[in-house]
Amino acid sequence: MTRQDDTTRRRFLMLAGGAAVAGAVPVLTIRPADATPATLAAAIRDVVGTAVVHTGKVKLDIPPLVENGNTVPMTVSVASPMTAEDHVKSIHVFNEKNPQPNIGNFVLGPRAGRAQVSTRIRLADSQKITAIAHLADGSFWSVSVDVVVTLAACTEEVI
Amino acid sequence: MAALINVPRRAKRGDVIEIKTLMSHIMETGYRRTADGDIVPRDIITSFTCRYNGDEIFRADLFPAIAANPFISFFTVATESGTFEFEWIGDRGFTATAKAAITVE
Repeated sequence: MTRQDDTTRRRFLMLAGGAAVAGAVPVLTIRPADATPATLAAAIRDVVGTAVVHTGKVKLDIPPLVENGNTVPMTVSVASPMTAEDHVKSIHVFNEKNPQPNIGNFVLGPRAGRAQVSTRIRLADSQKITAIAHLADGSFWSVSVDVVVTLAACTEEVI
Repeated sequence: MAALINVPRRAKRGDVIEIKTLMSHIMETGYRRTADGDIVPRDIITSFTCRYNGDEIFRADLFPAIAANPFISFFTVATESGTFEFEWIGDRGFTATAKAAITVE
């Protein structure tokens, strides 16, 4: 009898855990958003084509908690020797939930010396920012960072 | 239409130097509405270019997600004395240019 109870309890926990895991993934993707994951994926595909995007090499410095989404400092850098043979050709930054998936495209070259770009961006919601670097050998490297925004950009009225 | 440029006045040959630029511009996204519900038309800077003695060393495509008064900083190797030319191009025929000189020893 007790054994029977154990099994059901274990099964219940497994089911609950499985549901939590399955539920956790869509939370990020199925929110009402303008730049939906589909448009984000399309914007990324426009840049990388059919190439494989590896994870790593790229570093995205952005505050994890942002009070004002109208101006968020962002620095993106890539670990690269920046020589004629091995350098970063371009860096592309994307967002998940702004009305448009693109944030900026930055074209560098071996003369940059250091693959690092800083700017200030707008964020309409708490969301994931993705940076993709295109290297001279044709490979793509990416990183994603989650940002929580308390005051969103784009929503206020113009007086 | 005012630009702020920060370039080191002098540098050693081969040094990696940071260039900071800021252009005053509203960067209207085109997604905001007035109190009457009309959309405010988009008015942004779409492109920024930096040339070093005529050679393009940096270019950026900007989108509405770039904050007002776009600030962009990047790096380059000081190769020779000369000038940096900066150019911003945007909606409604917006163009602006700026220059900065550098002495490389």
